[in-house]
Amino acid sequence: MTAALTESKEASAPPASPPVSRRRRRRSLDEPPRWQIYVPLGVYLLFTLIPFYWMVLFALREPGSDSLVPWPITGEHFAKVWNERGFDTYFINSMYVGIASMLMTLLVALSGGYALARFKFRMRMPFMLALLCSQFIPGALMLVPLFEIFRELQLLNSLWSVILAETVFQLPLSMILISGFIRNVPPSLEEAAWVDGCSRLRAFLAVVLPLLRPGLIAVGSFAFVHSWNHFLFALMFLNSQDKQTIPVGLNSLLGSDSVDLGALAAGGVVAAVPVVIVFAFIQRWLITGFSAGAVKG
Amino acid sequence: MADAVRERTRPRRRRAGRSPRSLPYLLLAPAGLLMLGFIAYPIISVIYYSLQNYNVTKPWRNGFAGLDNFREIFTDDPFFWDTLIFSARWVLVEVSLQLVFGLALALIINQTFVGRGVARALVFSPWAVSGVLTSTIWILLYNPSTGLSRYLADAGIGEYGTSVLANPGTAFWGAVIAELWRGVPFFAILILADLQSVSKDLYEAASVDGASRIRQFFHITLPHLRDAIVLSTLLRAVWEFNNVDLLYTLTNGGPAGSTTTLPLYVAQTGIHGNEFGYAAALTTVAFVILLFCSIVYLRLSKFGGDDK
Repeated sequence: MTAALTESKEASAPPASPPVSRRRRRRSLDEPPRWQIYVPLGVYLLFTLIPFYWMVLFALREPGSDSLVPWPITGEHFAKVWNERGFDTYFINSMYVGIASMLMTLLVALSGGYALARFKFRMRMPFMLALLCSQFIPGALMLVPLFEIFRELQLLNSLWSVILAETVFQLPLSMILISGFIRNVPPSLEEAAWVDGCSRLRAFLAVVLPLLRPGLIAVGSFAFVHSWNHFLFALMFLNSQDKQTIPVGLNSLLGSDSVDLGALAAGGVVAAVPVVIVFAFIQRWLITGFSAGAVKG
Repeated sequence: MADAVRERTRPRRRRAGRSPRSLPYLLLAPAGLLMLGFIAYPIISVIYYSLQNYNVTKPWRNGFAGLDNFREIFTDDPFFWDTLIFSARWVLVEVSLQLVFGLALALIINQTFVGRGVARALVFSPWAVSGVLTSTIWILLYNPSTGLSRYLADAGIGEYGTSVLANPGTAFWGAVIAELWRGVPFFAILILADLQSVSKDLYEAASVDGASRIRQFFHITLPHLRDAIVLSTLLRAVWEFNNVDLLYTLTNGGPAGSTTTLPLYVAQTGIHGNEFGYAAALTTVAFVILLFCSIVYLRLSKFGGDDK
């Protein structure tokens, strides 16, 4: 793994030997030999991909087969989880929760992030601090009081309890990121629009929002992926079969006495597909998004 | 010109009907209200419950208990100390391994080579996978009769019927590896983001001066990454401490309670034991421990300080 770090060629330059140009380039880039990249990377890729392959293998392989290649392919495990184990309902519920939390998070974080980025006011720093501190709060430990609150609000066993809880726990980071993105847009652009007679809101919608698109896609995707994945809130706040989400469905497959591995793997694939699609779509922005917002605060 | 502008904007401001002074507060109101209602209020109510006997199934015992819950935690709950020690072990092992592998991975992906884009996408992909799905995948892999161990045994490595998760000695490492699979990409992403902001000129200058790549790493790369590393290890440590999904579904704290973290213990006490008051007291203790450790950690690492 750390081969790339431990073995390096001393770039001690003997004075005046081969043509300067070539040596200079080799030294200035100072690149490790290829094998030091490909060997550890290959090992790590195996570690990453074998588990995924294992799941797909079990999901597509005929029951009772033990070959390491899913051939002949069967769709019966998928049919089983989808039709008999309620994954059709879970999938729709999870989508509903994921999309609603994403939209709510984006709206609330945009409005708050704009205030944090563009105004100087007395509560600004305390608010930023509160946002950072809230990152320390364990969702698991909030289960009991949140349960009580949703009982009071009569939201238990409604998807809205999960949507609200997810949104609240997504908000702090999303707001910090979005205010960072807005700060990267020069205020002069907005001011120019005001001069042209736009209201603050219109200037924001017409000038700033289009420039935020990549950042918003990244933040929105985080929110979607997190809500899609979260398990404990759904487990605690939803108790009827028709309201459950995919992670809870997977947990009940795991918990049954004789675990049907094929069905379990197929359920896992159903759970993985949407996030993998979202991920493939946003991974280009992951790195730039983080470097623009979170790391620099 | 300027006058004309002012005349045109002033009435518009008035038409919006708000003085600019209150506008930021209005914009922050939705977020503020949500966080007050669902974060601040619950924290206060946890502290309130922790001073109560509160059990849904035994209403006749409910009422003010003073510090009884806390006394019970520290004096006659042997399980509390076990879960605390396991939590510490879990966080330390997870975070340090994730940091080492994540850093190495980021350094590799930061090089230019053929197939870098594809490799990056593949290597980062487990980041998007949930705890429950991670458990699902690794339960398939660890299965004694149809998992990896069986195929390895076919090839003459190890024994048939090895059950990683059912054995207290190996369950810890089984859980650690599963969590690493999901956690390393997070570190690699954050560190890579920061690596890309290191100026190339520094390396150029260093290598003209004849510094080896190892020296360049220790004298340029690491100091530059320090704040990002401190922040991401702290965030991750808090996150791993609080991470219940994976352990709940992978081992449910077993075998024999050997993989129960404090938050998992809280969840089990609150959900299955209905002892809300006791769970709230445990929560309060966990809070204080987290906060204390975070402050000490930030002090020790001189976060945001000068490099020398």
